[in-house]
Amino acid sequence: MKNGSDYRWPDEGLTHIPDWIYTSDEIYERERERIFLGSSWNFVALEAEVPEPGDFKRSYVGDVPVIVTRDKDGGINAFENRCAHRGLEFCRALRGKASEFICPYHQWTYDLTGRLMAVPFRRGDKGKGGMPKEFDMKDHGPRRLDIATRHGVVFASFSDTVEPLEEYLGPETLEHYDAVFAGRKLKVLGFYRNRLNGNWKLYHENLKDPYHATLLHVYLATFRLMVAGQKSAMFVDKSGRHATAASAKDDSADISAETANEMRNAFRDDMALEDPEFIKFIPEFDSPWTVTMQTIWPNLIVQRELNTLGIRHIVPRGPHAMDMYWTMFGYDDDDAEMTRHRLKQGNLMGPSGYLGVDDNEAIRFVQDGFRHSVTDRGIVMLDPDSDGATDTLISEAPIRALYRHYREVMSL
Amino acid sequence: MTSNLSPVEAREWRLEIEEFNTEYARTLDAGDVEGWAEYFTDDGFYRVTARENADADLPVGLVWCDGKPMLRDRAAAIRKTMVFAPRYWRHLISNVRVNGIGADGGVAAEANYLILETLMEDETRIFQTGQYRDVFVRGGEGLLLKSRDCVYDSHLIPNDMVYPA
Repeated sequence: MKNGSDYRWPDEGLTHIPDWIYTSDEIYERERERIFLGSSWNFVALEAEVPEPGDFKRSYVGDVPVIVTRDKDGGINAFENRCAHRGLEFCRALRGKASEFICPYHQWTYDLTGRLMAVPFRRGDKGKGGMPKEFDMKDHGPRRLDIATRHGVVFASFSDTVEPLEEYLGPETLEHYDAVFAGRKLKVLGFYRNRLNGNWKLYHENLKDPYHATLLHVYLATFRLMVAGQKSAMFVDKSGRHATAASAKDDSADISAETANEMRNAFRDDMALEDPEFIKFIPEFDSPWTVTMQTIWPNLIVQRELNTLGIRHIVPRGPHAMDMYWTMFGYDDDDAEMTRHRLKQGNLMGPSGYLGVDDNEAIRFVQDGFRHSVTDRGIVMLDPDSDGATDTLISEAPIRALYRHYREVMSL
Repeated sequence: MTSNLSPVEAREWRLEIEEFNTEYARTLDAGDVEGWAEYFTDDGFYRVTARENADADLPVGLVWCDGKPMLRDRAAAIRKTMVFAPRYWRHLISNVRVNGIGADGGVAAEANYLILETLMEDETRIFQTGQYRDVFVRGGEGLLLKSRDCVYDSHLIPNDMVYPA
């Protein structure tokens, strides 16, 4: 129960989640400080987005705007998109090529690593005005972030104390991450962006909640992409913050009368695809799973849904909204037919996806529930014997694992 | 693009395309997604993509349908499997321009579109604005779309996009 600024988690513990973690401005600010700006690695770019020296893109760590660049030596940099002088968010282009960044207001100039290189009239004009003598450009400049990359994905951190990236992700995450990012050069196929009217944590929960997959997503069950009883698993790292939802498509899977009955409205036996090639899986990964959806705390989703690949970058926008930046990709050595197949299967996901729309609507409905009701908590009790990893879809253990970690970091 | 049609021919095509677009919008605004698929040739192509993709020649689409079977499958998914709150959509299509006729007889045209979305108990909002980049061919009873590329300016999709542009 919230009492003034004293936020107290329900006494029942992890099976009960208080609404105020999704609605409070104060909690949002604490998340910003302790999670996004705290001891974490945040996704900021794919290397394929900035392949050449001078390439840059606008990006975000939490809701903090940053610029990601490839410098003249081929190194990747990330620094705050804010002029050291008067605070302008000076880089406005989504992406592009530059040799330096010049703030339009007073022409302060930064190199590709974010270092301040020039201040006009630093010594004044005709002996008058100008900066104090002791002003040293080295002491001024946008805040620069630490960078870590793995197989073409760029992470950044504001923290000096965060563990190395591989340790941060943990072996349970890396095993499935490396099936997608196996060192094959990536080819960007394009971008989607949408604003979701829900708290940013709901996206993590959605993908740590295999229970919804076969109940909300009529499409998955109807076309046998994911059905209760099919081979599936949730992998969770030891911290509890990252998870991988994995499933193996089984075209021969029979849906028993009992399962069909439990699924109520979530199964249509009256539908067939006119273009069945659409859901074909072309084996190409070193993995027994045909689908892995990874939630990498705090701002990255790695999507491998059959042969459609993408990352989703979560940008929180206050407690009630988040922006989702999607980068869909394939591999550089894909032939035209494989690219076509990936583009086709792209219809499954995204802001207009057969599964994507369901999730985006459900997340909005959840936030509406938090915002307008008098009840103040939800429950996540399924699969009580697990504290994280599980091999049943009928589980909320990965959500509880996340909130075990979250409560520790947030002192809740 | 310099048109290879005479002004009179271009005007005739424009009138016919405007009539086509009026019917197309009417079908979608009535929620008739099955009817929407029938505005395309059997090998018709339909994509909805952000202008940032079109400008960079990136092939991805929010919606990417190659051929009428895929268009019909999308219509069926909207009707039977997708879960979403009820809404009204209204398409306004204008500024039709006929760009020319190709060697295969396809007529290239463009038009601006605006989609207004009304969720229940909510105000009407501009959902999306963009441009159709079309190729029309003559079918049995009139024009058909050989391809319609819907390139939207609206940078952030508000929540999600249920129906076709």
